[in-house]
Formats: sequence, C-alpha cells, structure tokens
Amino acid sequence: MPKQVKLAAHFPGVNNTTVWSDPRSGSQIDFSSFEHLARTAERGKFDFLFLAEGLRLREHAGEILDSDVVGRPNTTTVLAALSAVTTRLGLAGTLSSTFNEPYEVARQVASIDHLSGGRAAWNVVTSPDAWTGQNFRRGGFLKREDRYQRAEEFLATVRELWDSWAPDAVVGDKENGVFARGIDRFVHKGQQFDIRGEFTVPRTPQGQPIVIQAGDSDEGREFAAKTADVIFSRHGSLESGKEFFADIKRRLPVHGREPGELLIMPAATFVLGDTEEEAHEYAREIRYQQVRPATAIQFLEQVWSRDLSAYDADGPLPEIDPDPDAEPLTWGRVRHEKDQLAVAAKWRAIAEEKKLSIRELVIEVTARQQFVGTARQVADSVDEYVQSDAADGFVLVPHLTPGGLDVFVDEVVPHLQERGVFRTDYTGDTLREHLFSR
Amino acid sequence: MGSAQQLHLGVALDGAGQHPAAWRVSGIRPAALFTAAHYLAHARLAEAASLDFVTLDDTLALQPGGEEVVRGRLDALLTFAALAPVTSGIGLVPTVTTTHTEPFHLSTAVASLDFASRGRAGVLAVPSRTEAEVAHFGRRTLPSEVDAEAENAEVVDVIARLWDSWEDGAIIRDEPTGRFIDREKLHYVDFEGRFFSVKGPSITPRPPQGHPVVAVYGDSPYAQGAEVVLIDEIRDARVRFPGAKLLAGLSVVLAETEQAAIDRRHALEAYAPFPTGGLSFTGTPADLAAELPRLAAASGLDGFHIRPAVLPDDLELFTAETVPALQAAGVFRQAYTGTTLRDHLGLGVAANQYAEA
Ligand SMILES: Cc1cc2nc3c(=O)[nH]c(=O)nc-3n(C[C@H](O)[C@H](O)[C@H](O)COP(=O)(O)O)c2cc1C
Repeated sequence: MPKQVKLAAHFPGVNNTTVWSDPRSGSQIDFSSFEHLARTAERGKFDFLFLAEGLRLREHAGEILDSDVVGRPNTTTVLAALSAVTTRLGLAGTLSSTFNEPYEVARQVASIDHLSGGRAAWNVVTSPDAWTGQNFRRGGFLKREDRYQRAEEFLATVRELWDSWAPDAVVGDKENGVFARGIDRFVHKGQQFDIRGEFTVPRTPQGQPIVIQAGDSDEGREFAAKTADVIFSRHGSLESGKEFFADIKRRLPVHGREPGELLIMPAATFVLGDTEEEAHEYAREIRYQQVRPATAIQFLEQVWSRDLSAYDADGPLPEIDPDPDAEPLTWGRVRHEKDQLAVAAKWRAIAEEKKLSIRELVIEVTARQQFVGTARQVADSVDEYVQSDAADGFVLVPHLTPGGLDVFVDEVVPHLQERGVFRTDYTGDTLREHLFSR
Repeated sequence: MGSAQQLHLGVALDGAGQHPAAWRVSGIRPAALFTAAHYLAHARLAEAASLDFVTLDDTLALQPGGEEVVRGRLDALLTFAALAPVTSGIGLVPTVTTTHTEPFHLSTAVASLDFASRGRAGVLAVPSRTEAEVAHFGRRTLPSEVDAEAENAEVVDVIARLWDSWEDGAIIRDEPTGRFIDREKLHYVDFEGRFFSVKGPSITPRPPQGHPVVAVYGDSPYAQGAEVVLIDEIRDARVRFPGAKLLAGLSVVLAETEQAAIDRRHALEAYAPFPTGGLSFTGTPADLAAELPRLAAASGLDGFHIRPAVLPDDLELFTAETVPALQAAGVFRQAYTGTTLRDHLGLGVAANQYAEA
C-alpha cells in the first residue's frame, strides 16, 4: 500500500493570507465560519482542523495593524463548541506554554478530548515575544532561550497529569457507593514547576491527546523529536521539505522512537482552476490581493527596522540598509529571519536578478508552498510530495474564510481517494486512530 | 414589582444533582458525567421550559470528599461551549476561577462562548480559596479571603474592559483604503490594578451581548458591581444589592405527593445530610409553584437558582409541572421573548465604556 496522505484544515484567520476583500469572504469571528470549515473538513475525511493562536494584536510602527485580518476567538472555546457539530474530525488548538500553566492546559485539552470522544490535539508553541506578556499577570516573562526549557517541562508535566487517573478510576458502583478510586496524586518538582496535587479530569478517550509542535530552531526540532506526534512546519517546498523531513526523522532513534511516530505536516495553500493557466492566473491575482502595497512596505520595514513609508511599493528596494540595532517595528508576527543584513542582501540580489519591485519581491519571498493547477494536478503533487518523503501530509491554508476549503474537498480529495492514498471514510473514532492506525 | 412580577429561573447542572448521594439514586450512568451528552440532555430540558439559564460549578481542584462522592469534572466553560451550537434559547453560565486563571484568557473565553451561543453566555466569577489550587499552580501563596475577593472584583472589571476594547463596528473591511479594521475603534485598556495589569486590547472583538452576563455569589463583599447575584442568605438581600438581579439558591426535592417527596428526602439523607446553605423545598411541584412568587415578593427577589437534588428527576418534575403552573399564574414567560441571556434577564443593552457618547 502506498504511503497514506494526512490532511488538516487551517482556519484562515488572522494573517495576510486571508483575502478579506473578496466578496465571498465571510466572518473570521462568527461561530458559523468555524462550523462551516469543520463540517467541510469532516466531509472530506480530514484528520483534523487546526487553529493558530496569537495573544496580542499585531502592531506595526506603534499602531495596531489594520491592513490584514485582525481579531479571533479563544482557541479552546471554539474547539469545544466544534466538538458538538462534528463527530470524527480531530480538533487541534495552539496554546502557548509561555502564557499558560500546565494544570489549566492539561485540564482544557483533556476536557476537549472527553467532550469530543477522543479528538483533541494541542499544538505547543513557545510564543515568539515577551511583548505578548503585557496582557498577562506575569508581564514580559522568559527569555528566548528559556522558552523551550519551559515548554519541555510544561509538556512533561501535562502528560503526568493526563496519566494520573487510572484508566478505570471512574468505578460508578452505586451499590457500594464507590464513585471513583485510583486517582493518583501528582508531584512535579523541576526547574520551571514545583506543583503537586490531584488532577480533576479522568483519563481521556485518547489517554494522551495528540501533541503537535510548531517551531523551527534546533531546540524546537529536538523538542519535537523527543515528544511530539506531529510537526506543523513551514518547509513546504519539495527540496526544503525533504531536507527537513530527513533531519527530523534522523533525530528520532536517539529518543527511542520510530520514524512513523512523528508526522511532518507543512503548511500549504492551494489554488484550483479548470485549466492550469487559469489556476496560475488566479493564484497571481490572490497573491496581489494578499500583499497590498501597504503590506509590502510593512514587510520590508519588518526586516529593515526602519520607517520606509516614503518608498513606493511599486518601485525598487531602498538603497539604505537595515538597522539591526533598532527595536523591531513589527510585533506579533513570527520572525524567521535572524540576520537582517544578510536577508536584505539576499533580497536585493533576488530583486536585481528578476527585476522586481518591492511588492513583487515581497510576493516572491513570502510565498509558501502552493499547489496550483487543476484538481488532478494538485492531487498528483500532494501525493508526489508525500511519496517522496517531503512530508507526511499537509496543513492546508485556504485563502477564503470560511468556504475556501470546499473546492479542495469536492475536487481534489476524490482524486487522492482514487489513487488509494487517502481514506474514503474514517476507520477509527479518535484522532490518534486517524493519524497512526494503518 | 407588581403582583404579576416575572420570575427569573436558573438551574444548577452540577454532578448528578445537588445532593452528594444523587449519583447513587439517579438513573444516570456515572461515567456520563464526563460526556457532553449528559449536559446537553439537561440543558434541553431547561430550554424546553424557557428557563433563563443553566449553571455549572467548577474549581481548579478535585471536589473534597472520599470515594462515595462525585469526584472529577470537566472544565465548566468548555462543557458549556459544547452545548452552545446545539441549543438555541437557554443561557449558559459556567463558573470560572478568577484567582489562578489569567483574566485575559477568561475574557476571550467568555466572549467566545457568547459568539458560539449567539448571545447566550454568562459567567459566574468565583475566587479560589483552597491550598489545593495553590499547590496545582505553585506560583503564589493562598491569598487572604479579602484579597481573593478584591482580585475577583478586579478580574470582573478587566474582563468587561477587554470586551469593550473593540467598539461595535470596529471591523470595517474598507476596500478603498485597504483597512480591515478602524483602529480608532480599538482601545488599549491599560489596566493597572492591585493584583495585575493588562495592556489590551482584546484579541477578540466585542461579543454579541457586548457584556455577557456576569454573576457572582452574594456572600462576596465585592458583589456590588455584578448584574446578577446568586444569594444563599436572603435576609436583607434587596437592601444589600439594590441594583442587581437577585436570585436565591433553592434546592428542591419534588414528588407527586408531599409524603413521597419527604420519603425521597429521607432516602437521600440516609446516605448523607443535605448540603447547608440556601433555601430548600421538599414537596409537590404545584406547591413549589405556589411558593415561589410568594417568596420572591416577600424578600424582594427577582427569581431563583434551582438546585435539583437529583438529576434528571427533580429537573424533569420542575420543568414538566412547576413551570407550567408558574406560567398559568402569569409569573413566568410562556416562551422566550428575546434571543440573548440579557434579553431573558431584562438587562438591557450594555454600554461600551470606551465608545464616545
Ligand atoms: C509553522 C509555524 C506555526 C506557528 N504558529 C504559531 C502560533 O499559532 N502561535 C504562536 O504563538 N506561535 C506560533 N509559532 C511560533 C513558535 O511557537 C515559536 O515561538 C517560533 O517559531 C520561535 O521558535 P523557533 O525558534 O523554534 O522557530 C509557529 C511557528 C511555526 C514554524
């Protein structure tokens, strides 16, 4: 049997991938949008629905960003509500290990696992900046290098809590009056947490809900290799995907794990057309809607750490260099570039070689993995990426909310099913079964 | 408050009922307490009777007691979130713990419950007073009762500020200027309290009700600002809380005859005494219906927080017989007349503290 493709649906909320100006674009907040996407993903037999998280509104140059989609509901609340309108779909939420405490996260994820009958997943992120901390009791909190240490101990603690009730602890013996027996006390004493007591939630249908990791540094990769079930990565292209895949799978044996125990699912977008040309034309249009002139300048300012508002987005790159010593201008966006001068030099080279304006350059360098073509071509590519070990599957990010996934489910999924690389129906009830049973 | 004063009714859905041995006599399968279906079935009973809201208790610790009581529970807010899309009229008022949970998370969670229920969310804000909870977090020592209550009041204050931090209509999707939001309608809350600070604005736009309904228990010295106060001590209640909707806790043991109700009560008491606190009623659904308006008028109450001794039994009798009798007497609505919990409670539109008048 060929390798089976894993598929997840990303709710296209807060970012500039959502084309909010499209007349078909609906609310990013109303529950009906989440319900629509979840029902579509379940109709398509997807493994799970995925929600990202950001705990402070993004700012640029001292002001709240107003050009992209802003505002989203609380992750766990949405997932719990979605458990009521779906029956099989996995429900994955991003929750920061920096701005939460293990007892609460353990409890929330375990509660969702019960409410959904075993479909919960937690994407452990470390939150990119202390600026977010101003919304929390603790204030700024934790240097970059300490965040993974906390994340790792956080997750270990959460797992201890999940394991602290015996599987058969809820006895419910009415005759003899034994409701529950075998609730172990937990004691965790480490660098980050010194906590003890009793957990309030019985062992969940999955026992251990699914753990996802999204973070790219060496620490992030080690953390995932050691303990995660799924990596949500941004290495979507065939080349970088293969490299990342090999790197991660190579790390597994050190931790006593098999390659199949950790799935790699990069983010990817898709654009479909009746013909290949039509799809490419549409894809180009979408990119221009995503990267408006203001967004292009802001992206550049993010790397330059300078006010570049005087520059024309349709003109050439600024002659001045980034100011690596300046405070960042943008807050709340995950920054993947570490060396600003090097990035600027690279971008300049690309712009010169391809004769690109600022806007065209930003469109080029912020592109993620995109599957563009007819439904059959897109299915072929997805399958090719998976069979050639560039990924185990994809987290699909539609550019329209909430109807952007419909066309993928209606047109691409049947091709994948025909090829025998994607399920025609769920064979298990839990997310763990969707992801790991053959 | 004329003779046909309209009552407000909430129902507690805790455990298998208010009595500690309820789970032993109820037809409910004990493990069902950890499923959504259990809570949905009871919320639907309450909704079919057009009751104002259901509540669900919570703490960040295991219930005290031994093997013979219900122990363990799911997160109350998430449990009610799982009811939100599949109910249509009933208000959903989960308990949240304000001492350990981040106010920012609380604010967005309740706002999101309001979005998922299309305007039926409330929250019962309760401070933590146990060493067990302190030990589960390991970050602070047990606050004094006064400090915990003061912090609870700060949390209630800041979550409302965060709800208001987006004015209605902040999302403009203005194609010509390329602006998704009007940032003039977003506000930093810059809250600096005794216990914490919060910058804001919220990540979540203002919820459908503006302010989901905030309830507190009336034994709190800081209950003054809340819109709904659940009280156990009814003496002088109206004097103590002049502006709030006052609902008295009332545990009920019902049966078709008074003797049968007394027998049921005795059967439960053979296992354990009834919990103290609040009023209690043992008798027929019809007598209860006669009693409620009298009690409300005599004590200046707006209604009751019904605590069925055993679920679903006492809730079934209450909704099937007491409520129709109240309706016949003209003291309870025949059907929902509004769609939001604020509508049910007659609370009116919540003003936004940041909007220009
Ligand atoms: C694909 C991907 C998705 C991420 N999603 C989120 C998110 O939703 N919320 C968040 O706070 N951080 C998110 N992060 C940030 C990571 O948790 C982490 O803070 C950041 O990547 C820095 O860690 P690193 O140096 O290991 O990459 C994401 C990172 C990646 C690579």
